[in-house]
Amino acid sequence: MALAPARVSMPTEAKKGEAVEIKALVRHPMETGYRIDNVGQPIPRNIVTLLTVTYAGAEIFRMEMQTGISANPFVSLSVRATVTGELVFTWVDDRGTVTIERKPLTVT
Amino acid sequence: MEAVTKGASVSRGRVALSIPAIAENGLSVFTTIAVESPMSEADYVKAVHLFSEKNPVPRIASFYFTPAMAEAKISTNIRLAASQKVTAIAVMSDGSLWSDEKSIVVTIAACIDGG
Amino acid sequence: MCAGGSCVMYLTLALFIAMATSFNSRAETRLQSSTSFLSDELRARQNDETVNPGMLWVGEGEELWRTIGGAEGKSCASCHGDAEKSMKGVAARYPAVDPETGKLLNLELRINKCRSERQKAEAFGYESEEMLAMTTYIARQSVGLPISVKADGSAAVYYEKGRSLFYLRQGQIDLSCAQCHEDNTGRRLRGDVISSAVVTGYPAYRLEWQTLGSLHRRLRACSLGVRAIQFPYGSDEYLSLELFLAKRSEGLPLEAPAIRK
Repeated sequence: MALAPARVSMPTEAKKGEAVEIKALVRHPMETGYRIDNVGQPIPRNIVTLLTVTYAGAEIFRMEMQTGISANPFVSLSVRATVTGELVFTWVDDRGTVTIERKPLTVT
Repeated sequence: MEAVTKGASVSRGRVALSIPAIAENGLSVFTTIAVESPMSEADYVKAVHLFSEKNPVPRIASFYFTPAMAEAKISTNIRLAASQKVTAIAVMSDGSLWSDEKSIVVTIAACIDGG
Repeated sequence: MCAGGSCVMYLTLALFIAMATSFNSRAETRLQSSTSFLSDELRARQNDETVNPGMLWVGEGEELWRTIGGAEGKSCASCHGDAEKSMKGVAARYPAVDPETGKLLNLELRINKCRSERQKAEAFGYESEEMLAMTTYIARQSVGLPISVKADGSAAVYYEKGRSLFYLRQGQIDLSCAQCHEDNTGRRLRGDVISSAVVTGYPAYRLEWQTLGSLHRRLRACSLGVRAIQFPYGSDEYLSLELFLAKRSEGLPLEAPAIRK
């Protein structure tokens, strides 16, 4: 497990009602299961299947992924700033590996 | 796609799917989907589903929104196995379905890498 | 067919134009980083730290920098402090000859020398995730700085070896690096544009690999592409070639981690 498996870029502060642009990257091979290794063995499928985003404890966004999402999945989204609180990004893959990134947002 | 639409009619419009006309590399194609919507409690986009015509798995991803989102707009990178049509279907809070479709040419890399 | 006299004139004119154009294009063929051959979107992706997937390795390297390892109980930070200060400019002047041993070292070998000799820690595998994270993080501290390596003095023998490898015809297809990367730069080879073979962007996130990789990985892919022997990672051959390519890239700004196809 990498030490820094995810990278979320977003402002730390926003005015109430403003749109907050968020960019999220997670380290993951998104192995499709269709590839063969150099000795002819199929490489097993291993993909991130779900990203959930919560804001001040409530779920605001979900992204269900399949093999058609590129390796090291990237998503950008736009959240309305309402209250000061934490945004929590949780990625889960089909092996049950969980990666969590937390980002504080101060709303004035 | 039928699992998503459940046989209901899908109208073209309100959804803007942006992908390049020619993919630099089919392994990572930058894709943006934007749906016109006030994103209010009364009227918002519930979900957007992205489909591939020729990938082994037709559904690329599904995005589920709530009124807490400022816009029903996302960008991501997708994999496309061959030149094909890509379709985005949006499900609104009032149950209506809207879509956009784009064609893309997928080129191949130069040297045979394998490394 | 034209009459004798005017034929000679047209021929001379044609020859003159051909020579003039070729002289112009030689003079104008400046080496440029492959970033200029990327699509607008990929170039924007490379230049945006919030979107460039290579930055995942920079973040990883930042964590590793502070991680204690080895019998000495030290992290990189223990001796080198803040990498932003201590590592600034370092990647831009590698590969370099180690004054202690007289051997040519690239960043990977230098890191492992530090790990084994100073930290008394296990060396990182050449293409391991830890090594990629460290080299990308260190390279990032030189982003924007001009590549500037020594090719003379103690480095001359390595530079010469690298230069002769670049011009050597090899493999089943009997191609030298120069035949593509000097004679045919800018022309298309299937879906790609042939690069000038400059190394400003490495370690790079290569779409074909769907991950980040070292220059030696890219060189191995080149060797495979022309059906020539693939030398091992960290081999003398690729090291010398790396020095030659770094000298070739002189003055161009370092831009690791680049995005390449």
